[in-house]
Amino acid sequence: MRFQAALIAFIASILFASGASATVRGIATDKQVSLQEAATPVMEAITSFHSMVLWIITIITLVVLALLLWVIVRYNAKANPNPSKFSHNTLVEIIWTAVPVLILVVIAVPSFRLLYLEDVLPTEQNEAGETVSAVDMTIKVTGNQWNWTYAYPDQGGFEFISSMVAAEDIGPGQHRNLSADLPMVVPAGQTVRLEVTASDVIHNWAMPAFGIKMDAIPGRLNETWFYVEQEGVYFGQCSELCGRDHSFMPIELHVVPQDVFDRWIAAAQNDPYTAPEVLTAYYQTQGETQLAALR
Amino acid sequence: MSSEAAAHHDDHTPSYWSWKRWVYSTNHKDIGTMYLVFAILAGIIGGAMSGLIRWELAEPGLQVFNNGFWGNSHNYNVITAMHGLIMIFFMVMPAMIGGFGNWFVPLMIGAPDMAFPRMNNISFWLLPFSFSLLLLSMFVPGVGGDNGFGGGWVMYPPLSTSGHNGPAFDLVILSLHIAGVSSILGAINFITTIFNMRAPGMTLHKMPLFAWATLVTAFLLLLSVPVLAGALTMLLTDRNFGTTFFDPAGGGDPIMFQHLFWFFGHPEVYILILPGFGIISHIVSTFSRKPVFGYLGMAYAMVAIGFIGFIVWAHHMYTVGMNVNLKAYFVAATMIIAVPTGIKIFSWIATMWGGSISFRTPMIWAIGFIFLFTVGGVTGVMLANAGVDQAFHDTYYVVAHFHYVLSLGAVFSIFAGFYYWYEKIFGVKYNEMLANIQFFFFFVGANLIFFPQHFLGMAGMPRRYVDYSDGYAFWNMVSSIGYVVMLVGMFFFLLVLVESILLRNTPKRRPEANPWGESATTLEWTLSSPPPFHQFNELPKIK
Repeated sequence: MRFQAALIAFIASILFASGASATVRGIATDKQVSLQEAATPVMEAITSFHSMVLWIITIITLVVLALLLWVIVRYNAKANPNPSKFSHNTLVEIIWTAVPVLILVVIAVPSFRLLYLEDVLPTEQNEAGETVSAVDMTIKVTGNQWNWTYAYPDQGGFEFISSMVAAEDIGPGQHRNLSADLPMVVPAGQTVRLEVTASDVIHNWAMPAFGIKMDAIPGRLNETWFYVEQEGVYFGQCSELCGRDHSFMPIELHVVPQDVFDRWIAAAQNDPYTAPEVLTAYYQTQGETQLAALR
Repeated sequence: MSSEAAAHHDDHTPSYWSWKRWVYSTNHKDIGTMYLVFAILAGIIGGAMSGLIRWELAEPGLQVFNNGFWGNSHNYNVITAMHGLIMIFFMVMPAMIGGFGNWFVPLMIGAPDMAFPRMNNISFWLLPFSFSLLLLSMFVPGVGGDNGFGGGWVMYPPLSTSGHNGPAFDLVILSLHIAGVSSILGAINFITTIFNMRAPGMTLHKMPLFAWATLVTAFLLLLSVPVLAGALTMLLTDRNFGTTFFDPAGGGDPIMFQHLFWFFGHPEVYILILPGFGIISHIVSTFSRKPVFGYLGMAYAMVAIGFIGFIVWAHHMYTVGMNVNLKAYFVAATMIIAVPTGIKIFSWIATMWGGSISFRTPMIWAIGFIFLFTVGGVTGVMLANAGVDQAFHDTYYVVAHFHYVLSLGAVFSIFAGFYYWYEKIFGVKYNEMLANIQFFFFFVGANLIFFPQHFLGMAGMPRRYVDYSDGYAFWNMVSSIGYVVMLVGMFFFLLVLVESILLRNTPKRRPEANPWGESATTLEWTLSSPPPFHQFNELPKIK
């Protein structure tokens, strides 16, 4: 019994020490040797395509290595004092031209499928059987030196500026160089269209767990999309050199249930700069619910 | 010139210590040597800059660029931009084309000199001025109160126009203009020399592969560098004279610059590696004691790579918001490059197959090149796919990829060629043991630096970051340790040079005309080491 109580107290201390913050999903872990875990269908497709190509290129590299080792062992001056003088073999030359072409075709087919999945906004059938856009909401992202402006045109058009939390202000549950003072918030299970642009120089809105990387270019409106099921916090970073503080304009994105999103929107329409309190309160109750479940 | 004066000129080799010999030089071998020395010096400066980068990135937080002696994050961006520009324009290109090209294209094709010896002089002497302007740019105002241009070697506007209001970037533009003029003059010289000055009987299809490689490279330079010059001039007028080529506020487009830049930039990366392909072919054939396998295939593979290199440029721009069908085209075109590149890799192995290989220093570097270039090549196939590039674009995966093909590809082929021709150029043998130790440290060090960067890129670490989040700490530390290993190799390189200078008069170091035996078949081995000041006064006949 005492052990159980101690365990609950321990877990509670972790939950509250972290400010009862949400689960962080999109972040790199030290010594990682793989892509970040996929949060969107696009990233799942990127991951499986990457795995396939990684297999192919690993095998090619190992074949070349094996051939090199073989000629080193078999045809060194000691093992083979008298070199042969051939310099042509038509059959071999045809094979090593044709086989790479076939391998490239094998890569190209899923590559094009992935490209069009990423690039073309999803559509769905309505009741009348017509093809309509599946986009549920739009967010406009503007890159500035050195922060991001997020605007929500579908929810009253409020906007706010999201800047990095300085290293000395990092609180519990926050991450150095990744946490922002005002996170971008989206509802889970909705198709979100991003419109990306910039106000000064070129930036790039990148979210590794979503498989998204889109240049933010002054005078141009770029479009991309994502669909996330899983609640949590995802981190990204500016990915186009934009000057002195290029390393210090991270992207923090919270995916929350629709009802929490609606409450956040209501608060943000009033004052976007205090709206994150809605999220804090939600994570607090969530932490208490988890704790109660443990008891 | 009277025949008497010409005769006098022929047998008179000026002293090494006469400044006129170098400043007024019209001799392709002297100019080649100056290019090599210049490349070594620039390489040391560019390599020291990469040392600052790896020092900064060894741990999370700001180690070097923390508002102290080395400045702030802007100065870090300056260092990465200068490292790129120096290594490309002032190290690899001068070594490969200016150094080995000048030295060995005339020798290999049996010509007395380059077609335009005085133009050759100006090609070289523009470079120190160009390099000085580039270095000077680091010490004049760039943006705000910070010195230098911190916009990457790609120089994308608006960061390079409205984002850098100081004169530093104007100096960079001027520097690259001058370097571009130098390259274009050199390219014209090589094309004319190769087309007109081959020895009797040496048809194009009998020409050594290094001369082929230089010919293709010269065409790439001639067609791509003027495009860079145009783009740079537009940047200059956008910055200083009120034009708006790349400014959307005046109807321009920043993406236009990227198209122009990469129309130059992609052929440029083949300019950096093609001469290396030529060098490797000679070395592999010489030390396998076999003729090059599939000579014509090798030559035309380079022509194909050069041609395709001009129609794939936008694969550097997959994330700018291009039309999806256009992206699909660039995916397909880019992947096709893998075919001629594969032909070259397999032909080198086939040259070794059945041979009698002796593992002398140049051959060790060449085998290292073949394997590491393969690794860099296959990650190129990965990046060619726009779909997966959305994850890898502007991450350390890209950094790893292009350092595998350049830092381990081009640089390894430069060292292979350097040791292959060392005796021929400098007239002294080097210490093989020391050179092999250098190879060992370079091979281990370079792999330790760049292989972990694939992992960083997969995990999402963006390029050009002065400080990364804590999740990238471990592999960055490994990478920085690799730099130290490579630095040890660099000391061994300098030791090879110093040792051979000190022992140059000992009998063991006396040069031979052809130290590699009868499988070294190209014409430079028929001459003494070093060759006479003027060679082939009577043209050799090729059967």
